[in-house]
Amino acid sequence: MKAVIAENLIKTYDKGKVRALDGLSLEVEEGTVLGVLGPNGAGKTTTVRILATLLTPDSGRASVAGLDVMKDPGKVREVIGLSGQYAAVDETLTGWDNLTIFSRLYHLSSSASRKRASELLEQFSLTDAAKRSIKTYSGGMRRRLDLAASLIVRPKILFLDEPTAGLDPRGRIEMWEVIEGLVKDGTTLLLTTQYLEEADQLADEIAVIDHGKVIARGTSDQLKKEVGGERLEIVAEAEDLKQVTAIVEKISTRKVLVEEGSRQVSAPVTTGSKALIDAVRSLDELGIHPLDIALKRPSLDDVFIALTGHVAEEKKPEDQEGKPKRGWRK
Amino acid sequence: MIKYAISDSLIITKRQLLQLIRIPELLIFSTIQPVMFVLLFRYVFGGSISTGIPGVDYVQILMPGIFVQTVAFTLGGTAVGLAEDMQKGLIDRFRSLPISRSAVVFGRTLGDGALNIVVLVVMGLAGYAVGWRPSSGLFSVLLGFAFLLFFGFAMAWVGVLIGLSVRSARVANVAVFITIFPLTFLSNAFVPTTEMPKALQYFAEWNPVSTMVAGCRQLFGLENIFGVTANSWPSQNPLEMSLFYMVLIMAIFIPLSVRKYINTASK
Repeated sequence: MKAVIAENLIKTYDKGKVRALDGLSLEVEEGTVLGVLGPNGAGKTTTVRILATLLTPDSGRASVAGLDVMKDPGKVREVIGLSGQYAAVDETLTGWDNLTIFSRLYHLSSSASRKRASELLEQFSLTDAAKRSIKTYSGGMRRRLDLAASLIVRPKILFLDEPTAGLDPRGRIEMWEVIEGLVKDGTTLLLTTQYLEEADQLADEIAVIDHGKVIARGTSDQLKKEVGGERLEIVAEAEDLKQVTAIVEKISTRKVLVEEGSRQVSAPVTTGSKALIDAVRSLDELGIHPLDIALKRPSLDDVFIALTGHVAEEKKPEDQEGKPKRGWRK
Repeated sequence: MIKYAISDSLIITKRQLLQLIRIPELLIFSTIQPVMFVLLFRYVFGGSISTGIPGVDYVQILMPGIFVQTVAFTLGGTAVGLAEDMQKGLIDRFRSLPISRSAVVFGRTLGDGALNIVVLVVMGLAGYAVGWRPSSGLFSVLLGFAFLLFFGFAMAWVGVLIGLSVRSARVANVAVFITIFPLTFLSNAFVPTTEMPKALQYFAEWNPVSTMVAGCRQLFGLENIFGVTANSWPSQNPLEMSLFYMVLIMAIFIPLSVRKYINTASK
C-alpha cells in the first residue's frame, strides 16, 4: 500500500519564471522511509509543502494515506505530522507551553494534553528544559521539540523537511537516533535532505531530485551500482601524474578523471580488487611510489554527479535572485 | 465545527496571553508608551492649548484623544505579531494542523483586543492622576470604554491583512506607522481642526479617529466641541458614525484577512 503518492506535480513561482517543480512524481510505501535528496533549490521544500497541504500545485495530483491533498486537505492534516526546515515553535514560550498548546489544537482535552506533553518531553530528553523558554535551547533541542510537536497525535505519516540542517555534528547524530526510533515504530516517513550520508543512514529508498524532477530512485546500493561499481583512486607526485594516468587508462574502460590540484587520478573500474593489484604492479614496474592508492565504493556524491552531469557548486542560469543558491552541504 | 472554530481561536488567544506572562516586559512597555503620551501631551502641550471653554481643562479634551490613538495602534501589534509568526514558520505549523481555518486570525485579534483592556485601565488611572475627571455617569464611562475596545478589535483586523501581506515584521512596523500616524494626527484628537487648511478639515471631520474621539468625549460628559468644523452629520452624530465605521471595517477586513490567511504561502 502506498502511503504517499505524488504524480506529475508542477509548481511555478513568479508567474511561471521559476519552475520549482517540473513534473515531479514519487511514492512512499507504507511503513518505509523515503529520502528525497537534492541540492538547495531542487524543489524539496515545495514538494513537502504540497504534500502537507500548505501549497497548491499548478497541476498534478497528490494523495496521502489515500486522501487527495487538494480535495480533502482537512482530513490529510489529521493524519500527518510536519516538521519544517525552520523550527516552527513559539520561541517566547517554554517547551511545555508549546506542546500543551499544540495538543489542545489537535483537540485533545486539557488533561490529555498535559499527559501527552510530558510523555513527549520525556521521549525527547527535554524534561529538564520543559519550563525554560525555547530561546535558551540549543539548536538540537529546538529541533527535537519541533519534531515532538509534530508527533502529538502519533501521525501515521511524517514529513521532515531537512531535519538536521544547521545542526552541529552531535546534534545531527542525536536527531538521527530519534528518527530511527520513530521509524522502528512503523511510521511512514518522507524526509528531505541535502546531506548524502543522512539519506544513506536513514532512508530505505532514495529519490534524487534536481530542477524539480526525480532523476533517479532506488536504494542507496542500487544507485551506487548505477554509477558503475567501484572506483580506483591514485594520488601521486606531480611529475608522475602522466604515467599514472596512462596506467589507469589501461585498467579502466571508462573516463579517467585527473585532478591536477589534488594530484589525484581516478576512474570507475569493474574488476574489483584485481584492478588494484594490476595498478600496484604497473606502478612498481615503473618505479613510481604513489602517495595514496585505494579502491573506493562510490559515494552518493559520485551518484549525483554521474546522474546530473554537474558538480556540487554549479550555478544554473535559471536561478532567480532571492532563491537559495544551489549547492551541496556536506 | 463551530464549537472547534471558537475553542481553537481561544487557544490561539491563550498562547498570545501566555507570551505576556513569559515576557512581562512586553506588557510593561506596551502600557508605558500610552502613559508617556498622557504625560507628554498633558504637560508639554497642555499649557499652550486652550480649549476656549471656561472651566474645561485641556486634559478633559486630551484623554479621549489619547485613548483612541492608543487603541487605533492595536493594529500595529497585530501586524507585527503575525508577520513574525509567519517569518518563523509558526503559521506553517498552524496551517498543517487540523484546526479551523479562521482560528489563527480570530485568536490573534481577540488577544490583541483583550490586551487593550489592560492598557486602557492603566491609561485611565494615569489620566485620573493628572486630572482627568469624566463628568458623565459610570454607565456612560463604561460604554465609552466598550466603544474603545470594539474599535481596537476592528482595527486589529486591518493589522491582520497588513501582517500577512508584508515580507517581514520590520516592514509591518513601518507600514503600520505610516497608516496610523497621519490618521491620528489629521483628526480632532489633540488640536482643534478649525485651524487646519480647509481640505484637511474635511478629511479630519470624516476621519473615523475623529468620530471616535468626538463620540468618547460625549460619553465622558463633554459637549461635542473642539473640532466641529461644520454642522455635518459625522460631527453631529459621532457615535452612530463610529459604529458604522467599525462595522464597515470589519465587514471588509474580516473576509479579506481570513482569505489571505488561507491562501498565504509563508515566506
